[in-house]
Amino acid sequence: MAWIEKQRNILDFALSSLLRRWGKNLALVVVYTLIVFILASIFFLTHSIKKEASIVLQGSPEIVVQRIIAGRHDLVPEGYMDEIRNIPGVLAVNGRLWGYYFEPATGANYTMVVTDASRGKVGAINVGTGVARVAGVQKEDTIPFKSSDGTYISLEVADVFPHDSELIASDLIEISEEDFRKLFAIPKGTFIDLTLRVRNKNELNVIADKIRRYLPDIRPILRDEILRTYEAIFDWRGGLLVDIFTGAILAFAIFAWDKASSLSFEEKKEIGILKAVGWETSEVITMKSWEGSIISLSSFLLGVILAYIHVFFGSFFLFTSVLKGWSILYPHFKLIPYVDPYQICALFFLTVAPYTAATIIPSWRAATIEPDSVMRL
Amino acid sequence: MYVVANICVLLLLFTHAFFERKKALPHLTNRIRMVHDYQLTDLSLFTEARYTRHPSMADLNTAFQDHPLSLEHFPSGSLVNPPRHLTKNGLD
Repeated sequence: MAWIEKQRNILDFALSSLLRRWGKNLALVVVYTLIVFILASIFFLTHSIKKEASIVLQGSPEIVVQRIIAGRHDLVPEGYMDEIRNIPGVLAVNGRLWGYYFEPATGANYTMVVTDASRGKVGAINVGTGVARVAGVQKEDTIPFKSSDGTYISLEVADVFPHDSELIASDLIEISEEDFRKLFAIPKGTFIDLTLRVRNKNELNVIADKIRRYLPDIRPILRDEILRTYEAIFDWRGGLLVDIFTGAILAFAIFAWDKASSLSFEEKKEIGILKAVGWETSEVITMKSWEGSIISLSSFLLGVILAYIHVFFGSFFLFTSVLKGWSILYPHFKLIPYVDPYQICALFFLTVAPYTAATIIPSWRAATIEPDSVMRL
Repeated sequence: MYVVANICVLLLLFTHAFFERKKALPHLTNRIRMVHDYQLTDLSLFTEARYTRHPSMADLNTAFQDHPLSLEHFPSGSLVNPPRHLTKNGLD
């Protein structure tokens, strides 16, 4: 009980000491909070996108097969489907028809895809909300598309995808097979790439190896590799945002180190007086540790709270221009708040612990010198 | 008091995250179904270039499609790292 009472008194003194130099400490808390806010925003954003990608893309094809000629993707002939179908363990092979359409009027890139549902619906398209927004169309409007022979094909918007699909289908146009082949002059009996379903998931690598052996110009991509791609893309350690803010973090580290490691004349005098009135060295160090903990802990908590509000309530508006890049068509989506405790802990130990530790050494140095020599300064 | 209030707000936000995740489950299921039915492979996050729109389908050459020595000029290209499997795959 006595120990708790003693700590409470030291804490009270530390708080009043901080309030006496409120201007200096407030500036430190603002900069500190800003750094934590930026880092926590990056962590929240990248982790949530990664997590959502890993869940949503579980539905992607087990194996995608591309044909590569002279280092470029090429059309896959129908005959390849039969060869792959004969490989033991392959359950089904589907030819995919998809591609990009650049709309010069808006400068947007659309992704066109033929699905089983749209294959036979000639003259009709379903569009993503991003396409509807950029092209200014709604249900039953028509959009003209310039085909590869220069003629225009007008297609009617049968439906607009629901808003909650924006992260995966914002730029998507679901089109019929006939219209797709006419638009891009894709010969019949050829596909953009193939998708495979296999009987046993453990055999994916074996089947991919067999495909490579039988058809050397083929490149198989496994679902696992698709999922890993998104792990790598938003790996915060390799992100551009972190690169940019490394400079800011280093500047803060120098600022905080300077602030924490060199005591001002008043602080030294204060320690001297405390020693003269009977405080022990350990008590002075405890008081200084409390000061460091209060500053770093309040900045950390405030930074994390503001970052959460910025990313999950404010739709990460500060990062939108970086993420948008040159895209004309950008999805409007709300992230599901996935919070990684590991990242929060890492951020805590990277920010709170070093600052608190940095305050102890100079305090110990000042606390060990004679009080009268400090007060005589 | 201030630190305790902050901790309470943070706990409140994490509770919000928990309920939001529960609320989003039907939407997530719809998205998984759509990815499966349409055989999609990527998120439509960066639509400016084909290797940023479909990073998992891209190969190492696509970033240099205009010229063998052309430098990356799309901003997303500097945000998107090359997929890990590309640097390991013997074919590429």
